[in-house]
Order: sequence, then structure tokens, then C-alpha cells
Amino acid sequence: MSRIKELQKSLFAGTTSNARQFGMIFTLVAIVLLFQILTDGLTLNSSNLISLVSQYSYILILAIGMLMVIVAGHIDLSVGSIAAFVGIVVARAMQDWSLPWPVAILFGLAVGAAIGAWQGFWVAYIGVPAFIVTLAGMMLFRGGNQYIGNADTIPVPEGFKVIGAGFLPEVGPNTGYNNLTLLLGLLVAVAIVVREWRVRRTRREMDAEVAPMWISVIRVAVPVAVILYAAFRFAGGRVGTSFPVSGIILGVLVVIYSFITRNTAGGRHIYAVGGNSRAAELSGVKLKRVNFLVMMNMSILAALAGMIFVARSAASGPQDGIGWELDAIAAVFIGGAAVSGGLGTISGSIVGGLVMAVLNNGLQLMGVGSDRVQIIKGLVLLLAVALDVYNKNRGRFSIIGSVTRPFRRDTPTGPAPSVEAGQEPAKTPVAG
Amino acid sequence: MSDAPVLLEMRAITKEFPGVKALSDVNLVVRRGEIHAIAGENGAGKSTLMKVLSGVYPYGSYAGEIVYQGAESRFSDIRASEHAGIVIIHQELALVPGMSITENIFLGNEPRRAGAIDWKSANRQALELMARVGLREDPDTLIKDIGVGKQQLVEIAKAFAKDVKLLILDEPTAALNESDSQHLLDLLRGFKQRGITSIIISHKLNEIAEIADSITILRDGKTIETLDVKADGVDEDRIVRGMVGRELHSRFPDHTPTIGEVFFEVRDWTVRHPISADRMVAKGSSFTVRRGEIVGFAGLMGAGRTELAMSVFGRSYGVYQGGQIFKDGEEIVLKSVADAIKHGLAYVSEDRKSLGLNLLDDIKTSVVSAKLSKIADHGVVDPVREYRAAESYRKSLRVKAPTVDEGVTKLSGGNQQKVVLAKWMFTDPDLLILDEPTRGIDVGAKYEIYGIIQQLADQGKGVIVISSELPELIGLCDRIYTVFEGTITGNIERRDADPELLMKQMTSAKKAQIR
Repeated sequence: MSRIKELQKSLFAGTTSNARQFGMIFTLVAIVLLFQILTDGLTLNSSNLISLVSQYSYILILAIGMLMVIVAGHIDLSVGSIAAFVGIVVARAMQDWSLPWPVAILFGLAVGAAIGAWQGFWVAYIGVPAFIVTLAGMMLFRGGNQYIGNADTIPVPEGFKVIGAGFLPEVGPNTGYNNLTLLLGLLVAVAIVVREWRVRRTRREMDAEVAPMWISVIRVAVPVAVILYAAFRFAGGRVGTSFPVSGIILGVLVVIYSFITRNTAGGRHIYAVGGNSRAAELSGVKLKRVNFLVMMNMSILAALAGMIFVARSAASGPQDGIGWELDAIAAVFIGGAAVSGGLGTISGSIVGGLVMAVLNNGLQLMGVGSDRVQIIKGLVLLLAVALDVYNKNRGRFSIIGSVTRPFRRDTPTGPAPSVEAGQEPAKTPVAG
Repeated sequence: MSDAPVLLEMRAITKEFPGVKALSDVNLVVRRGEIHAIAGENGAGKSTLMKVLSGVYPYGSYAGEIVYQGAESRFSDIRASEHAGIVIIHQELALVPGMSITENIFLGNEPRRAGAIDWKSANRQALELMARVGLREDPDTLIKDIGVGKQQLVEIAKAFAKDVKLLILDEPTAALNESDSQHLLDLLRGFKQRGITSIIISHKLNEIAEIADSITILRDGKTIETLDVKADGVDEDRIVRGMVGRELHSRFPDHTPTIGEVFFEVRDWTVRHPISADRMVAKGSSFTVRRGEIVGFAGLMGAGRTELAMSVFGRSYGVYQGGQIFKDGEEIVLKSVADAIKHGLAYVSEDRKSLGLNLLDDIKTSVVSAKLSKIADHGVVDPVREYRAAESYRKSLRVKAPTVDEGVTKLSGGNQQKVVLAKWMFTDPDLLILDEPTRGIDVGAKYEIYGIIQQLADQGKGVIVISSELPELIGLCDRIYTVFEGTITGNIERRDADPELLMKQMTSAKKAQIR
């Protein structure tokens, strides 16, 4: 192993988290820098960063749920329609019943849960493929949106808009920056330091090799620098704007769901079901319940995304959410999930979604028309996955493959060792 | 035979995979019109050698040369070798279940007229080919509607459609019952009469000794010897000696059982097939297991041993019709796998790759996967406890892997089996049901697995071993039940157990309590 590889390994692997996302993160950074140059510094401009977050947070929220659906071996095509349906239901509820907006949000989530239970029932307990159930849901809830809204738009009250168009408020002394955003950046930076410290402690407890201190310092210093830079950018925008509330919702969800998928028994079960559902079932995993909850969770997140979008655009309309499912699915696959299930991470999907978002945003800033943006996005999706498949077949380091390893969940790369070659293949699964 | 002209000679074949030399300097000489067997333990390189011959590993990916019909052959893929008349029939049959016999025979090789498939001629030719392999079926029958034995014959007919000169059969009888196997062996003899050369790879040494003219033995990727069966008077023991490089004095570790009380009992267990409502896979079966006892389940393929075991294990197979389970004198109701695990049952499936393991997992994740609650607090997995648990099994079961972070696909069959065993030992079971625990693993690893099974019994656990290999059951078990068509037909103590008696019970419903 070469020196560089060894360094790469100690910097990005063998610790907690899927720090092997080197490849994807590298790609993201490269794209950001590329557009920063091509747009003469517009990309990392405060107001652009702020609009980037508020414009894509709902897609990334969908990507979280979609990752879990895809890991479990399913797909959800209905998320855009569900988002639109919940959006219109909530808007109408606030307009007709003058429901207070916090209650309306809870109501929206409840509607999402009910829809999710409906879809989860067909997928998990009846055994209809999710592709079909959600294709049906796509039509069903799109029609529902138009039925309830009379194919028209319904405005939402001011208070509700905070979840989509709100920002961290200005408090404290006038520093020329948004104080809360700076504080948030500081908290995240502290969290990164604490996590690295805990990783080292865990490694020691497992009698595993602990990386030298200077490696840990690099591993902490680089992201902390990026976070603090971003914090100043977000805090230094036009007065009245700062880090978007929707971005905070996204951040909280990422943390929660990363923890669930990586560290809990329930999360393990999702990977087990997607990796080999029969084996999971014979290990005591409640297959139906896992499938049901994963589908239901997706719809709840879709409801949330729909409400954020409605809040951001101040009204709910019949065209909301069209094509969102495709953006979310693309983010998950660019982020390294396997089509056959069992592989993928939340953070990978978020990075995949950000790659698409930055690409979209950068091309728009450059004045590229939406026709060509679509073409380029399509090619990027195809190439990203093709490169990964190619590398896997060749047994080389695979960017996406490396991202797809959650906490020491090593995937085989390269041809099976020859021990396999002479081995008896499995026989008929059930024969006595 | 030794004076017949040479049809095929593989010279100094060396094939390397990253990090491993699968074949080194292997030589194989096959004479025209003979049946040539290749024997060796798992991982000895038999399949790899055949893949080199058939072009799966193309010319250039290996060293050495293949001389076929007097000229050096450089096959770039399977089509090239098939064109030369070399057809390989793999153990997993390459048939499309939803297509008819005719369609399968001519798949990729369809007779055409004016660009369209000439079904009339295809059906006629199919009937001729089927007659040659002794298959009497309507050529329009779908593959999924005929048994494995007949499917094998379709594969061979398919080979004939390609004008085969050298037929290679990889474990052809592994999935067949006694009479189908015999039919196939007779067929091979018939081919020999007609001048077709066959290479057969088989683990059933009695079959090899019976049918082969010569045997090439591989061990650790090297040619050990080629035996002329008649001239050398080869028998099974002789082949085993070549395969393992020593006489096998004892295939089982010494063990003195300490058997306690009956603690597990199944009464009148009746289960019906999941799809066909009138087919019972278990009919009023009753059995008991004592503490510290290793109980065997003997039966032919399809007798219902696996179905019985799986249905007891939380009703994971079939539809429950009736029967009771008692553990430690109390009746328990196991409606799901989770219930079964909670009550101390463990089931190690016969097919570790499709039912036992998630092949995307590493060792550690696999070991703890059946009882996450043991390493989790309020549903949150503790990586340190997970690591320690897995590490202790890696050491005590001697799993050959550098760390527990290794992916399970990278392990050999024997080591994968150890991981599956560890996974179920981790659940602290009182009763382990092991379904074909040594299938597809080599002699050395088998010995270790037997040792583990005996240790489990010595800890006071009950162990049920389901196996198709009678010597294994006789060598390992304290008591053996025979199963025939879903019914338990015999309960034989170790001292009475001999292959003939077992076979008799396994093939007749004489003692059966049919209801």
C-alpha cells in the first residue's frame, strides 16, 4: 500500500462514521470551487448560499426518507404527489377552518402518517411491490390535490411561512452578523470535536489501533474551518436573512436519522431486510413491520417537505412537487445506495443531493437554460453510477462504493477470492 | 482405455486470482470416449479448471495451454468452446423456468427459417434429442413443472443440440434422488458407447468409483495423480487418500456424551404446504430431544426434514395445522421466529448464502444480527460490546479472518458456516437445529464443525442435525430419526444405527403413524 493510500486510509477510514465519503465530498468541493470560479464568486456569496439551502432543503428531506426506502429494497414514486396533497390539505384547513398554523403542521404530519400507513399496508402486508403501490399513489394524491384545491392555488397565512421562508432571528448585540447563526456554527464545530474525541475513546475500548493525534487534528480542523467559514457567510447576509429555518429542520433530521440508521437495532433491521430479506426474517426481524414503518416514514417526511415548500412559496398549488421523487431518488443513487437494496447512508444521500443542488444552482447562475441543466443533470447521474459500477467490476477503489460503507459495514469489492471458485454453489433453498 | 487417442490435454495450467493461486501447474489428459472424473476437496480447483477449459476464464487470463483434438485451443468465451463441442453443465441449471422444454433446448440456438424461429422443426428435433437422453415428456411442458432430475436431462439434451463432443458435468447428481442419479449414470454409460467423452466432477465418491474410467485428483490447486480405475483397482478409500493426502482414520472428534432429561418435545406436528392446500409436509410428527443429546434427522431429499424443522422454528415454513411443542415440561407457542428465539431455539439453515447470511455484512454485524438486544441499550447498539462479542467468537471458533470487520463474502464456506454458527450461539439457545451444517465445506472444516457441535451438546444444549450424509449422522449423533414423506418413520439409537437400516426406514412408510 502506498504512502498516500495509507494516509488516506487513516484520514478517512477506520473511524466512526462513513468518513470514507472522501470521494463524494471531494467531488462536491470540486464542483463548488469550479462554480465559484466560473461565476466570479457568486456561488459562495451569502445570499446565494442562503437561497441554495432554502431551495433544496425539502428535496434533501425527501432524500433522507428515500434512502431508507431504497435501502430496504423498495422505491417511492409518490412523494411529490403526497407533498402536494398534504400542502393543499393544510392550506385549505388553515383557510376554511382557520386552524392555527402550529396545529396545522401537526395535522399535516398526521395526514402524511395516514397516507403512509395506507401505502405501507399494501406494500408490507399485502405484498404489492412498492413501485406499483406508489405509482398508484402518485396518481391518487395528485388527483387528490387537484380535487381539494379545485386545481387552484390556496395562499397560506403569514405565521405558517416561517418553516419555509423563515430565518434565525436577530438577537443580542449588533456585531454586523447574525448572532444565532454564528452560535449555531460554533455548536456544530464543538460537536465535531466531541465526536472525534469519542471515536478515539471507542477505538481504544475496542483495542483497535488509534490514529495518531495529528491525524485527528486534521480530521477535526478541516470540517471545523469549513463550518465556521459557512457560519460567517450565512450570518453575514442581508440584514433579516440568515441561516434558513428549513435548513435547521433538515440538519436536525439528518442527525436523528443518521443515528437511527447507524446506531439502532431498528436501523440495522432496515439494512438486513434490504440485504437479504429471507435471512433477516429467519433471524427474527419482523419483516412486515420494518417495511410498513419505512414506507410510512417516507410519507411523513414527504408531508413535511410539502409543507415547507408551501410555506416558502406562500401558497399551495396544483403543480407543487412535480418531479420531486426523481430528484430524491437521484440524490440517493448518486450518494451511493444500491438499486438492489441493503447499501447506502443518509450522509451519502445528502452529499449526493448537494452535488445535484450545487450543479443546478451553479448552472443557473451562469445563465444556462433549464433545458441544458436537465441534460447535464441526467448525464451526471448516469456517469456517477456508471463509474461506480465500472470500478466495482474492475475491483478498484470505488468512489460510491466507499461512500456506501456505513459504520464499518464493509462491502466486497473486486472478484471473489478463489476459495469461492472451487466451492459448491448453494442448492435448492428448501428441500428436506 | 489407456490406448485410446487423447482428446484433450491441459498442460501446466496456472490461474491466479488477486492474492491466491487457484491452480498451479495443473495437467489433465482426457482420452476419447472415456468417462473421466475429477475429484478433490472444495477449493481444490476443480471448478476453476473447468472454467478455464470452457472459456469462462478466457485465453490470456491463465498460463499454460489447452490442446484439444490435436490443436492448441484459445477459447475467448463460452461460445467459442461450445462451438468446438465442449459443453459444460453446471450444478445450478441454466434453464428458464417459465419456458417450455423445446424453448429451453434451443435457447440461443434456435432453428430458423427466413429469420423466424421454425417451431415445427424445433419441436421435432427436441423430441429426437429427448429420446436420446431418455426423457419422456411433452416438449411443450414448462421447465418449472418437471422435477430436478428431468431438468438435468433437458440440460443434457440442450448440450446435444449443440453437437457436443466433450460433455462436462459439474456435480450432476448432487440434487438428484437415488433413482434419478442412477438413470443419469446409465445415460453416461450409454454416451460412452456412442463415443461421447465426459468429464464428471462429483463429491459422491461411490459414483465416481463406479462409473469413471480414470480419475484425476486435485489438491490445493495442484494435480496429485491420475488413476486408471480398472488397472489400479481404485476404490473410495483410495480416492479419499489422494484427496486429503493421508488416510482418514477418524473423521469425527472423540466424544463421550453426557445425556440428561428430555427437555424438548414436539407432538403430532402437522403442517401443510404453503401453496398446495392438500399437501402435508409434516404429518403427525413427534420427536423429543434430551439435554446434551445430538439428534439426527435422516431422510432423502424432499422428505420434509427442512420443512419440519423450519415449521417448528416459529412457523417459518408452511401453514400450521396442528401439534404442540413442549419445553421443560411446559407447552410453548411459537408463532414467529422472534418467539422461537426468545424461547431458546436456533435454526441454522441449510443454505447459508441465501438464508443464513446477509452477504453485504461483515463478520461482526452478522454475529450479533439474531439478538441485537444483547448488545443494545434501549435499541441503541453499543459498538464496543458488539466488537467484543464477535471477537470472542472469532477466536474461539477459529474463524480464519484478520478482523471481525472482514466482509462475510470474503470467507470460505467453512468459515462462513462458523460465522452462522456463532450468530446462533450468540442467541444463547437451548436447542440448536442445524440443517446440513457441513454442506459444501471441506473435510478439515467439517471436523472442526463436528467439534463445535459436540461442545454445544456438552454445555447441556440439545442439538438436532439434519443431514443427507448418512456416515455423518452415524458418526455424530446419539440418536437418529428417519423421515419419509413428512412422517417420522424410525427412531434409532446410535448403537443400532447402520446405513442399511437407516436407508430402509428412510424409504418406507412401514412404521409410520399415518393419520
